[in-house]
Amino acid sequence: MNVLDAKAVIKSYEDALDGALLNSRVYEREVGARKHVYTSLWLDVERSGFRAAVSHVAQLQDSPHFSVIAQVDLGDSVDLLYHFSLFTGEPNKAIALVLRVTLSKTDLTIPTITDLIPGAIFSERETQEMMGVTVVGIPDGRRLFIPEDFPEGVYPWRRDETGPEEMLNVLPGKQGIQHE
Amino acid sequence: MSDTIHKTSYMLPIGPVHPALHEPIRLDLDVDGEEIIDVDVAAGQVHRGIEWIGMNRNNAVQTIYLAERICGICSACHPFAFVLAVEQAAGIEVPVRADYIRTIVAEVERMHSHLLWAGVAGHEIGFESLFFYVWRIREKVMDLTEVLTGNRNSKAMYQIGGVRRDITPEQIPIIRASLDIYKEAFDEMRHLFLDDPTIKLRCRNSGVLPTEDALKLCAAGPTARASGVPTDVRQDHPYAAYADLGVKAITPDVITGCVVGDTYDRIIVRLLEVKQSIELIEKALDTMPEGPILTEPKIAKLLALLKKAEGEGVARVEAPRGENIHYVRLKAGEDTLQAWKVRAPTYANLQVVPTMLKGQQIADVPIAFASIDPCMSCSNRAVVTNKTDSTVSFLDGEKLHALSVEKTRRLNAELAGK
Repeated sequence: MNVLDAKAVIKSYEDALDGALLNSRVYEREVGARKHVYTSLWLDVERSGFRAAVSHVAQLQDSPHFSVIAQVDLGDSVDLLYHFSLFTGEPNKAIALVLRVTLSKTDLTIPTITDLIPGAIFSERETQEMMGVTVVGIPDGRRLFIPEDFPEGVYPWRRDETGPEEMLNVLPGKQGIQHE
Repeated sequence: MSDTIHKTSYMLPIGPVHPALHEPIRLDLDVDGEEIIDVDVAAGQVHRGIEWIGMNRNNAVQTIYLAERICGICSACHPFAFVLAVEQAAGIEVPVRADYIRTIVAEVERMHSHLLWAGVAGHEIGFESLFFYVWRIREKVMDLTEVLTGNRNSKAMYQIGGVRRDITPEQIPIIRASLDIYKEAFDEMRHLFLDDPTIKLRCRNSGVLPTEDALKLCAAGPTARASGVPTDVRQDHPYAAYADLGVKAITPDVITGCVVGDTYDRIIVRLLEVKQSIELIEKALDTMPEGPILTEPKIAKLLALLKKAEGEGVARVEAPRGENIHYVRLKAGEDTLQAWKVRAPTYANLQVVPTMLKGQQIADVPIAFASIDPCMSCSNRAVVTNKTDSTVSFLDGEKLHALSVEKTRRLNAELAGK
């Protein structure tokens, strides 16, 4: 495995994605008495270049380690953050890699990555049921955590009209449903 | 005659819920006689929406307590990952001494979790004396946790910007004495687990997870390491004091010279990790620097700072079961988190369960499934559905456990007869 530092990883992405890399940010933090530098790398990619970005992870490391997809409702758009670990198995050299794709609420679809990383299936199923993002080409589209009798079209992590608001009890500072 | 015999498979769902433990689960087994043909995992029977509460009700400091209650056993590694992520999002520094205390508490938790698991593993195969032996010595680590944190379980040590309690000079001899007990007990435990013919018979070549499947399915922690993947968050991207202490991922070949990826290998890895934790705690106590333990002790000031902060952070810690990751996003002007995503290691490890169980016998399910260290409460109740006539019969946890015990007894008798 050819271990790169964060800057070299960004460079390799710029070459591989051909303009689909929108933004990049490196976070570094010193930990412990010896001031070891903990690194996380944040890359924003366009949806058109998303598959290429994931393929590129697999080129940087054979069998890349995928952790989870985090989903954020931002009002008009939804952020999907794919969390990877680059260079696992290399002492002190691993980098936390985050690939961010921003989807407009008018077109909430993302291609599957399970053909590249089979271990992403649970997270893709969760993304579909919790955030209402359609994963195109998902091999198993069933719900994962939400029970079968949960209503269709309600997505627990959305902050808009498709959110679970109506199913909630009253919380401090929130107006619950007014029962007659 | 043969044309009148219909070969049929049965659906055997195992699970789903026991309210006392985290991560309830249901396994749907397709069985042909005793053999398992296919497995489906159905999760989420008690999805508590904890992330939602952190995003809608609690402020960041209150969410530490919530994170602590995600799991009864991992009450250090969830708040640990959470505070690391918040510190990254808000740009908060941590004193070095706090890094060490965080590390010590996390390693005590690992010792506890692995010992608890070792006892459960003995119980699953009907080796009750081993179960009682291990849980007796586990009691000492509970006492140690109480000395360090004031609680036997929910530790409440982690705070954004440091830890809530110091390790005082009076506590250090107590911690060392407790570690000495474990060093003495370790050789006996190693002998009991690794040399015992019963354990070898039940665990060798059972629940095999090949290396390439562990990599492909992104397995985490001892489950991945037992399959020969040398990955450990403490080694790969060290956080807190782990870079100072130096951690090497443990794979089973250090003892046996080869990697099989079975239940036995997972026992080896966890057993050696108990020893590794003892050594890490001792080294941390030796080298722990003096100094403050918290950057901002005033909660009101901390909350004001967090309310102003804008940013996002991601943190991984090596929980006893493997990589635990928290993602946090803060928005200026909001008390609650804008986003919070938690992925516990069992989430990843459940994906390897079908690979592990295919081709096994029903009696192997308790120990093979337990070997990834999920919550085994799940097999408390099982339903057997006959596919041909849709009849349903119930197979409860006791019956399943009895099957497992019976198999151990049978193998024992065969061993004695040899």
